[in-house]
Amino acid sequence: MGIDGFDIPNLDRDEGADIESMRKACTLAVPDPVGWQEEDISRNVLVTTVDAVINWSRRASLWPVNFGLACCAFEMIATASSRFDISRFGMEILRPSPRQADLMIVSGTLTWKMAPALKRIYSQMAEPKWVIAMGACAISGGLFHRSYSVVHGVNLIVPVDVYIPGCPPRPEALLNGIQKLYEKIQKQSIAQK
Amino acid sequence: MTKPVATKELADRLEREFQGCIIESSDKDIVVKAEFVSKIALYLKDTPGLEFDYLNYVTAVDYKDYFMVVYNLISLKNNASLILKTRCDNRENPTVPSVVGVWKGADFQEREIYDLMGIRFENHPDLKRIFLWDGFAGYPLRKDFVNQ
Repeated sequence: MGIDGFDIPNLDRDEGADIESMRKACTLAVPDPVGWQEEDISRNVLVTTVDAVINWSRRASLWPVNFGLACCAFEMIATASSRFDISRFGMEILRPSPRQADLMIVSGTLTWKMAPALKRIYSQMAEPKWVIAMGACAISGGLFHRSYSVVHGVNLIVPVDVYIPGCPPRPEALLNGIQKLYEKIQKQSIAQK
Repeated sequence: MTKPVATKELADRLEREFQGCIIESSDKDIVVKAEFVSKIALYLKDTPGLEFDYLNYVTAVDYKDYFMVVYNLISLKNNASLILKTRCDNRENPTVPSVVGVWKGADFQEREIYDLMGIRFENHPDLKRIFLWDGFAGYPLRKDFVNQ
């Protein structure tokens, strides 16, 4: 069925089927990709110097992708602007495109209707990539945990590296979370991936 | 501020125009039968002296036994406002005529009511879910909705 023999896709139905299959599939939290809190990561002597250089360059130029979903986004915007000044950490360029970014700050309530978009943007980012879950809603669903349409934490959809609690967290908390992420990046090794 | 119109007089006038359309009227609102809604809407919009040319909002209330659809109308010319309500007693398949043909602004709001309360609007040009996705089970703003 369609015009001149072309099939017209039923976008609403396809989107609904997509979301329903995600709802069924995403019931367990995605584990953290790197066990970074164990101190004794087995380090190969040959690559430690290379690691140090690579990790320094990665951490000193994190480019975040905007993923502002709700009120936490305003704290993220405040962090990016002059008073809190995220550019002190080499990350003033908040990219609107996931292909130029390596950190996704999920700030706000994630609904199931938005979940496929989150997954797509995460998979469009180039490796290596990190995710910060900012605020109670992104961590667990927060205030809307018992709602019919809210995802119980973005870690059901994508692996999360750092969780920042708060409702919403202050910009200082976001900066602290970013510094925790720096510690994590410092401990990574090219031998792991 | 808009001034509320004298609802008792207006209800009598509507009753003369469309016999048997009024369910009840108080000094705050008029409750009409669902099958008359689109005719009454057109009458309220086009009659000189009334001219309710602006639909402030459409919303719906679940009273457990029945649904109430509420229209807040404003006349920008006469600086007057009116609360018009209609009942649907059929809980299985609640249906109300659409007023999109009268006020275009009702389009998304009627879709929202359809999405969250499950009231169908007859002759709506594009009646489909607006917030939730196709395949969502149930209507979450109904009082008997159970999550999962």
